[in-house]
This record gives sequence, structure tokens and C-alpha cells, in this order.
Amino acid sequence: MWSSDELFFRNFAELKNYQYDDEKISTITSREQIKTESSVEKCYDRFVQTQFINPRATQLNRMQHQQYLDLMLRKLPSNYECLDSSRPWCIYWILQSAQLLNFAFDEQTLDNVVQFLIKCRAPTGGFGGGPGQYAHLAPTYAAVNSLCIIGTQSAYQAIDRESLIKFLFSVRDDDGSFRLHVDGETDVRGAYCAISCAKLTNVPESVLSELFTGTADWIASCQTYEGGFGGAPDLEAHGGYTFCGIASLALLNQADKCNKKALLQWTLRRQMIYEGGFQGRTNKLVDGCYSFWVGATIPITQATLIGAEKSMEKTLFDVEALQEYILLCCQKANGGLIDKPGKPQDLYHTCYTLSGVSIAQHSESAMQPQVLGDLRNELLPTHPLFNIPPKSVAAALHYFSNTSSQDAGCSNST
Amino acid sequence: MTDSSDEEYLHTEWVPYSERPEWSDVTPLPQDDGPNPVVSIAYSPKFRETFDYMRAIIAKGEKSQRALELTTEALRQNPANYTVWQYRRDILRELKANLQDELDYLDEVIGQNAKNYQVWHHRRVIVEMMNCPKWELELTQNALDNDGNAKNYHAWQHRQWAIRTFNLYDDELDFVDRLICEDQRNNSAWNQRFFVLKHFGFTPEVIKREAEYAMDRIRVIKNNESPWNFLVGVLRQSESGKLDSLPEVVEFSEGLYNAGNRSPYLLAFLIDLYQEQALESKQEDNSIAQKVYALCEDMASKHDVIRRKYWQYVASHLKTQLSKQAEGND
Repeated sequence: MWSSDELFFRNFAELKNYQYDDEKISTITSREQIKTESSVEKCYDRFVQTQFINPRATQLNRMQHQQYLDLMLRKLPSNYECLDSSRPWCIYWILQSAQLLNFAFDEQTLDNVVQFLIKCRAPTGGFGGGPGQYAHLAPTYAAVNSLCIIGTQSAYQAIDRESLIKFLFSVRDDDGSFRLHVDGETDVRGAYCAISCAKLTNVPESVLSELFTGTADWIASCQTYEGGFGGAPDLEAHGGYTFCGIASLALLNQADKCNKKALLQWTLRRQMIYEGGFQGRTNKLVDGCYSFWVGATIPITQATLIGAEKSMEKTLFDVEALQEYILLCCQKANGGLIDKPGKPQDLYHTCYTLSGVSIAQHSESAMQPQVLGDLRNELLPTHPLFNIPPKSVAAALHYFSNTSSQDAGCSNST
Repeated sequence: MTDSSDEEYLHTEWVPYSERPEWSDVTPLPQDDGPNPVVSIAYSPKFRETFDYMRAIIAKGEKSQRALELTTEALRQNPANYTVWQYRRDILRELKANLQDELDYLDEVIGQNAKNYQVWHHRRVIVEMMNCPKWELELTQNALDNDGNAKNYHAWQHRQWAIRTFNLYDDELDFVDRLICEDQRNNSAWNQRFFVLKHFGFTPEVIKREAEYAMDRIRVIKNNESPWNFLVGVLRQSESGKLDSLPEVVEFSEGLYNAGNRSPYLLAFLIDLYQEQALESKQEDNSIAQKVYALCEDMASKHDVIRRKYWQYVASHLKTQLSKQAEGND
């Protein structure tokens, strides 16, 4: 029987009518766009030709992605030297991807991860990009998220919340903005990483209000005339910073400080008519990683609007088209996922394409996931504000509510 | 031991630090990954050795000329190592080094790593220390030119910082205009235009002039989101903040529609415009609301199918708002 809930691939022949029209005025932007569409078109054409003869045509290549993640957690090739200051990120991207795929590492391996992250912890509190490196908010966020995904007693203890809070204060500026490290650069990533770590480790309300005084106003000042957020005031609206901006405001319960309607409109416009995936900025190219940065921004923004408006219950972006782009254009046959056809796989894109697919599948209804293609394509859900599993968020909040009495300045000892 | 596969050694005549007499007093400090490391990177021998010496120097807090040169080598191998950049700044301060040399060095490093946070931040700190922005517009212009599409986010960020900090707004509109002429779809350039206008202030004359500027561009390429967004942004700066605050813009957009243009950006603009008018005009005349419903239907079924759920939402939301208004007036 035909079910109204079944998801369909788009009609790829009809879709060709929506390919880019440069109105006979060719610029670098239109040339890049047309080139990208033609590489996507090849993927869609191949799918149309093989969908009935190749049973794998509509599949997420679970096994290959798992093997890729498993291999990378142990050893990274030498072209990862450029990520030598982002090793906690590599761990987080792997653990989050594996979680989504419902793939568990053995206990010993996870314990090794905890021990390694302890080596990355800085004497100042917070985590560095590798052993002996200075504390930095981005790897701190990655380490805290990783340890909460692991979720064991020793993992939680490895965070060392007391020194973490000291580090967070050390990178706060008077206007409520955050530097990425002491004397480092300031942008919305800093604020988001700080807020996410503090909220996830259930830092007491009194400390939060001191730590984030002025922060929501500073973040709101990064919203541009287009509706999205830039990295700092007056910079161009950008998918990654927009996620950081609205997720931060939502975590601080101050989403009213920004123009939510303009934000929703800008965010929805990032979905590409032909490709189905998201771009990160106006007139830029589709990139698989924005499946999460922009994809998660949409349900977050809708949730902040929902109080007033009932008609907001459905996720307003095209969840089928996004899954289509990832399934058909972003998978490498030997495992791992990518930005766009022709690019090599990497851990960052593997994590954020899969996280975006999970958002597309689960943001509409907790009971009825919207899964495109093979039924086994269903991923586990992710928490759109932290991007770790919802059950990991709940467990971390619970653990840290019980330890809060150990912190100075906290009266919550009951 | 020779590593014959590493041709880089031969080309650059690389001499390992362990074989350099001037480094003989330093004992390299290996990275402490613990007994069971994860995400272990297969470092090249050169990378590993350079950072072993770097760690040793940081550990003993040595701030010397040779330490500065060592950071140069380490940053050549990993320009994203913010710890080494930070230590390099400590050395520069300690040695009271010639900062002009540092700028020259950065010209080269930024040329090779224009999409890296750390190099731009370092540049900013050095320019602040020198209190001299003489080269920043040229540097960022070069970075944008070399970028291929003039959208490098870091370069724009640095440029805005320099302009704001040292009040260099005067020629920026010309620069932006040049980039928009080269590629009207360059949204970064449109964003920069807005940044400059905001500084000088959105007077009624400026709003009128800039709306004309955007409309002139749209006449050439209709299906270009950048000037449409810019136009909305500028109109929001008017006294009423409404999309119909300039009659010539209403006339222009309706003219395009009547001439048969169906760019989703045009239709989206009209939907927002009519929506505002429908809510203003109260319930007596709902012909404007009907226009919104019809346009939303066209968007959902033909011109912007990927956002069909959104356009259905816009129509139903307007209906709800209007009926609430009507109830309130009873």
C-alpha cells in the first residue's frame, strides 16, 4: 500500500529545468556554479541509469564508512600534518560519525581516547590541539563533546570542569565576546564553543550569568542585513557562523535578541534548487558540510519561533533533496564523505554530512524518521545544539548536576 | 640514516637539527602521546624533528634569534599551529625585533596560506604593535585577487578590521564598485558595500541612491540574489523600514513581474512586500492577500519547489494573522 510517509527521489529529468541560468552574462560565480552543477548532474544521471540494476544505488555505504572511521581513529596519514593542532577535532568527528552510524568502538579503544585527551588537557584548563599545546576553545569543544559521547565516569572526570571554567573566563572579553585562545582571534565560534561546553557540563546558573554577561548582545550584533550571522559584526552572513550564532542564543535562551524571521528566510534560501544540498553563503557553491551547519539551524530557528506559531511543526527545508545530495554525490566508494563531487574524503566532511542527514531524518518527528532510499539508511538522532547524541546530552547533564556541589560558588548541594 | 624517498630533503638541502652544530646544546623533546595514542599522524621525519626541537625550546622558554628561525620552520610545516604563532609573538616582543621584517615575512606566508585563521590574526597583532596600516588594503586586495573569486572570508575580515580601526573608509566604495562590476554575483563585495554605507550613515539620499544602484544591477541580471538581498537591507534602513518605502522600487519590481520575469528572488520580494501591505491595510481589502497566496502557490509548485513547505507556511501564516486581526476588530 502506498504510504503518505514514503520519501521519493526527485524527478531528475524534470529537475534539469532548474539548472542555473546565467542570463548570458558569465562571471566567475556563474562559471563555478555551472561547473558544479554539471558534476552533480553526472551523479544524478548515473543514479537514474543504475537505480534498478544496482541494489547499492540508494544505500548509505555503512560498512565502508565504518572501516574508514575505524582506521582513522588509530592512524592518520601524513597529509593530516596540517591538522596536528586539531587532533581532538579528529577524535570528535570520528566518534560523532560512528555514533550516527550506530557503530561502537570497543571499551579499550575508548579508554585510550580518554587517556589521550587527558594528554591534550592544558595546565590552564581547557584542551589544546595536541599534547603540550596551549588551550584553545575549538579543541576544547571537540574534547568535551568527545568525552560526553564516551560518557564513562573516567571520561567525565577527564573534562575537569573546575579548570575548564577558569579557562573559559580567561578567554572572555569585557563585551561578552570570546577569543579562541589567550591573545587569539575573536569570532562567533569562540562564543559558541564556550557556551556549549559550559551548558553541557551543567555549569551552575550563577557562574553562567557572570561568564556570559553581554554575550547574547554581542552575538546578535553579528546578524547581517541578509538575515544570517557573520563571524563578527559587519562580516558576511555565513552558514557556519550562523549555526554558532543561533545555537548560542538558543542555549542562552535569548533567541529573541535576533531577527528570527529574517534568519529563517536566509537559512532556507541556502538550499540549492538543483543540487539539493546547502551552500554556506549567498552565491557560493554547495558543500556537504553545510548539511549540518545550515540544516541544524533550520529546526533550531523554527523551535524558537514555535511558541507563537503552530504552523511551524514541519521542518521547512526539503529533507529528501538534502539526503539525495549526500547519498548520491558525497559518498566515496572506499569510505568517507566529501564536500562535493571530485573532492577527496576527510573526517570533517564525513562528520557534518552524516550529522546533516541525521537532522534531515529526525527533525520532523521523533517517532517517524524521514529516511530516503534504503531503509537501513536510518541514522541515529543528534542533538541540534551540541551535535552529539541526545542521550549523551541527557547523561552529561545528569552527571554534572550531581557533581556541581564540588564547585566553588555553587549553592546547589541538595 | 638517509631517507631516499623524501626528495624534499635533497631539493632544499635540508640538514636535520641533530646534525647542526649550533643546535647541539638542545635535547629534542618528543611529543608525549601516552602509551596508547589515537589519531596518530604519520609525521614525516622532518616534521617530527622540527617540532621535537620546538617543544624543547618552548619548554626552556628560550627567546632568541635561533628560536625565531625555528618557529619559521615549524610554521612552514604547519601554519595552523597557534601555539607556535603565540610563542613567536613572545619572541618578537622579547627581542624587540624589526616588525617591518615580520610584515614582509607575513606577505609571503599569507600568499601561501590565505585561508588560515592564524596567519591573519598574527598579521593583525603585528599591525597593531606597529600602529601602521599602510600595507593592509594592498595586502587584502592581493589576497582577494589571488583567491580567484574575491570571496576569501579571512581577507575581508582583515580588511574590515583595518578600515574600521584606522578609518580607511574613503576609497572603499570605489574598490567595492570595481569588484561588483567584475562579478555582480560577488556577495562579499555587496556585503562590504553595506558595511561602508553603514559607517557613513543611511540618510534618505543614500537609501535612494543605493536602491537605484541595486536596481541597475538587477536590470542586467535578474536572477541574482545578492543585489536583491542588498536592496531589502537598504530599504529596512528607511524611516518606516518597509519594503514599499520607495515607490520607484515597487514600480520597478511590479514592472519586472508584469514583463514576465519569474526569478524566485523577484517573487520572494513581492511576497514580502504584499504581505506587509496586507497586514497594514486591515481586512477590508483582501485583494493584496490574494496576491500573496497566488505568488506563494506559484513558488511552491513552479519557481521555488525546493522551498515549497516554506511558501505554504508563509501563505497559511498570513491567513492566520489576518483572521486574528479581523477578530480583534470585531
